[in-house]
Amino acid sequence: MSRLDTRFSALREAGRTALIPYLTAGDPRPEATVGFMHALVAAGADVIEVGVPFTDPMADGPVIQAACERALVHGTSLSQVLDMVAEFRRDDGDTPVVLMGYLNPIDRLGLAGFAERAAAVGVDGVLIVDMTAEETPEIMPTLNAHGLDAVCLIAPTTSESRMARICENAGGFVYYVSFKGVTGSSSLDVSSLGGQIERIRGYSRLPVAVGFGVRTAANAADVARVADAVVVGSTLVRCIADGGDDLAATREALGTTLAGMRSAIDAQDSNNREERRA
Amino acid sequence: MATIDPQHAADPATLAQAWREMPDARGHFGPYGGRFVAETLMAPLEELAAAYESARNDPAFIAALDADMADYVGRPTPIYHAERLSKKAGGAQIWFKREDLNHTGAHKINNTIGQALLADRMGKTRIIAETGAGQHGVATATVAARLGLECVIFMGSEDMRRQATNVYRMRLLGAEVRPVESGSRTLKDAMNEALRDWVANVDDTFYIIGTVAGPHPYPAMVRDFQAVIGRESRRQMLERCDRLPDAIVACVGGGSNAIGLFHPFLDDESVEIYGVEAGGDGVATGRHAAPLSAGRSGVLHGNRTYLMQDDNGQISATHSVSAGLDYPGVGPEHSWLKDIGRAHYVAVDDQDALAAFHECTRIEGIMPALESAHAVAYAQKLAATMAPDRIVLVNMSGRGDKDMASVAEAAGESL
Repeated sequence: MSRLDTRFSALREAGRTALIPYLTAGDPRPEATVGFMHALVAAGADVIEVGVPFTDPMADGPVIQAACERALVHGTSLSQVLDMVAEFRRDDGDTPVVLMGYLNPIDRLGLAGFAERAAAVGVDGVLIVDMTAEETPEIMPTLNAHGLDAVCLIAPTTSESRMARICENAGGFVYYVSFKGVTGSSSLDVSSLGGQIERIRGYSRLPVAVGFGVRTAANAADVARVADAVVVGSTLVRCIADGGDDLAATREALGTTLAGMRSAIDAQDSNNREERRA
Repeated sequence: MATIDPQHAADPATLAQAWREMPDARGHFGPYGGRFVAETLMAPLEELAAAYESARNDPAFIAALDADMADYVGRPTPIYHAERLSKKAGGAQIWFKREDLNHTGAHKINNTIGQALLADRMGKTRIIAETGAGQHGVATATVAARLGLECVIFMGSEDMRRQATNVYRMRLLGAEVRPVESGSRTLKDAMNEALRDWVANVDDTFYIIGTVAGPHPYPAMVRDFQAVIGRESRRQMLERCDRLPDAIVACVGGGSNAIGLFHPFLDDESVEIYGVEAGGDGVATGRHAAPLSAGRSGVLHGNRTYLMQDDNGQISATHSVSAGLDYPGVGPEHSWLKDIGRAHYVAVDDQDALAAFHECTRIEGIMPALESAHAVAYAQKLAATMAPDRIVLVNMSGRGDKDMASVAEAAGESL
């Protein structure tokens, strides 16, 4: 059983919603990332999503684009990101880590070599934003062959036939993009979320995570009413941007922000459990 | 699926067949092209591909396009024998295909007319586009004004500085020009922003990509709209000279004017094809915009193609005196034509392009766009190696009026 499967089944058993923070590796400096990851775990992260910086992150909004630029000033490469995960794993063998990024850096490193190294350092899942099931049929089997889960995006616009195809090879969890737009750009419309998640559950038994647009603890609690996991990205990346060079203060700010979301989700989870009992 | 193995592509009959069938149903030119986008864009791209397929098979759409090309754009554009430039080069006869005489001053409008008609047919009310030199932005703002569509143009702030006149033209035409401050603040970043806007506004918005790059169906669709350049040129050469040219030359940034000229000549084995990339400070310096000359295969902006990138797969900053060529990628069909050897890709540096600009202006009275000046410079070199009874046809893809500030700056003068 993969680390992601273990984590999600334990959460399901306990009736809890997963909290998945995102940060861009190397932002604001490469040496900051591992400390930030531990701080996020301490504040209640169940899974960590680590962004691989790319010069042209076309599905991301200005907040994450700026984070990529800060990381790239220091030359943060995919290879270094894998080293960061290895370092994180020395002190944390349980928290699943998902890499999120764009295809070109992986393409340059070579897919098979990347998958082998990622698995060896303790990466659990990989989400390649600009990879589609049609375009690169070899990617998912290669990731799976190395024991990596291929985390896939589903959008409000995804057709039924594509959804079936995507879910067929997906692993770990399904990442539902909560609205038409880029990361961090607008706030969430929770009214249609329940129906969309039900639509996905018709195709996949994987947990459904919702991201793009979760800004506040209240947003996180709203999502926790219907989804299995809540992804928080731009809000945390903004903490890192505001923290500048004071890494200790940033660690604290990340912890406080995430902990606020954690308690809102926990409160919602306990309501959910009561509703179910009733 | 029409896949081509470059190793087995030597048979001309097979090749001729292959390039007529390219791309395959999913937008591949051999190993290049395709559709590498976030899931959110898959549905709108499928909708666009279906709408384009239906439009291009609809005689009413084609008739409307042809009428606009004639009455609004001013087609056909002439071919012109540049006699003094030919004499100066001292070899083959140099002819220009005068795309600079199109309405708005460049080939870009061939494509924007087509895509705007398609947008209208699809019921979209808002148009967005990216622009580098501003020619595509102006051509887009122009057709949006004519059809009464809302128009937003994304332009890198560095390019806005270099092309201030075109920014003003777009605003006069009623378009909003949104400065892009991310990354290198040039064409590639403008394209990122336009893609982001499109994701957020797909319901009412049509994205008019200005070159033969981007996810399928853009490379094929833009090529089809631009192929009028090559179709006219071929017919005009036969009418005027009773023969085809021996070589055709065009500048390549994303490569839309080049593919428009090249495509109708691909079957003509006697015609050598040359694409001219921006050599910037010189390809050896690394400060250039010549992915086919010095790049590697990768994935950017929705397609696989040759890219300027570093060893970590990060996209490199580009450099060219010409904003329209300042792009780290290139249309996937060019990548394929390079690999199979049907077209040659070369680079001309800033200095030689500027020299060709001045020479063409002074001895032909035709002021080329700095982009087109790259093609003129290479044509002069090429012609010098050929006999006087040979013909080199150059695509004069745009006029140079927009480049006054850049030319003056390069000469150390201020306007």
